Amino acid sequence: MDNLAETTSLSRLFALSGQAGDRRCRPVTGGARFSLRVKQASLGAAGEALGLDLTGPINRAVSSGQRTALRLGPDEWLLLLAEADAASVAASLAQRLTDGLYSLADISHRQTGIALEGAAVTDLLNGGCPLDFDLAAFPVGMATRTIFFKAEIVLWRQDTARFHMEVWRSFAPYVWSLLANVGREYAD
Amino acid sequence: MLLIPCPYCGNRPEIEFAYGGEAHVVRAADPRKEDDAAWTEFLYFRKNPRGDHAERWRHAFGCGRFFNVKRNTYTDHIEASYRIGETLP
Ligand SMILES: [Zn+2]
Repeated sequence: MDNLAETTSLSRLFALSGQAGDRRCRPVTGGARFSLRVKQASLGAAGEALGLDLTGPINRAVSSGQRTALRLGPDEWLLLLAEADAASVAASLAQRLTDGLYSLADISHRQTGIALEGAAVTDLLNGGCPLDFDLAAFPVGMATRTIFFKAEIVLWRQDTARFHMEVWRSFAPYVWSLLANVGREYAD
Repeated sequence: MLLIPCPYCGNRPEIEFAYGGEAHVVRAADPRKEDDAAWTEFLYFRKNPRGDHAERWRHAFGCGRFFNVKRNTYTDHIEASYRIGETLP
């Protein structure tokens, strides 16, 4: 280990710093993210390790305290956590899933968050996303990977008029400026 | 916009999907035993029908899964979608 340089952990450069946006959109800084893949047979144990029920349906969010798991696929979850919580999650999963048949990838720095709130947010989103945001089709608590113009995003509906969006950081300025463009059409 | 029924997510807009070509094209277990004609058939020849077609799609901007769809290539009507490994309904 002697030949390894000592490095210090730097604070993250924020992808959207200094860029004007729509007033209903707010950058969400910080936070830890993991991509978790688990087989059906290990769902119970993984859920116990995380303190979250992972057995719920696809395209739904489950939260407990500061931890959230968005079920993006039959065997894929996006975990959203406080940064201080990241190390303990990896450790408790490793402890419970002793067969090692799962994958946990730290993608904290791959993407960034955007909070959208206001009466017109579904119109704003529909400017670049073809999903039906009627509450019957996209209820509160639903979360899914989808598309915004040409960029892959993850959308989580936290309340009737409040969404959390996850964007890959290199796409974030693109999505941010398009949200601002679309937003010009909507007064409130 | 065409809605494609993902077997995992339900009806979703076409733009979220990537097309994967004809379904149920089986690769020989040992390609070395195939003669040139059979191997050429596997590599290059597809049915390309005007009508019912079993084809692969991937929910690329969604659950990420490959699945199969039975679609009429003339009317674009989708009769069924089913998971990989299941037989054509
Ligand atoms: Zn899907």
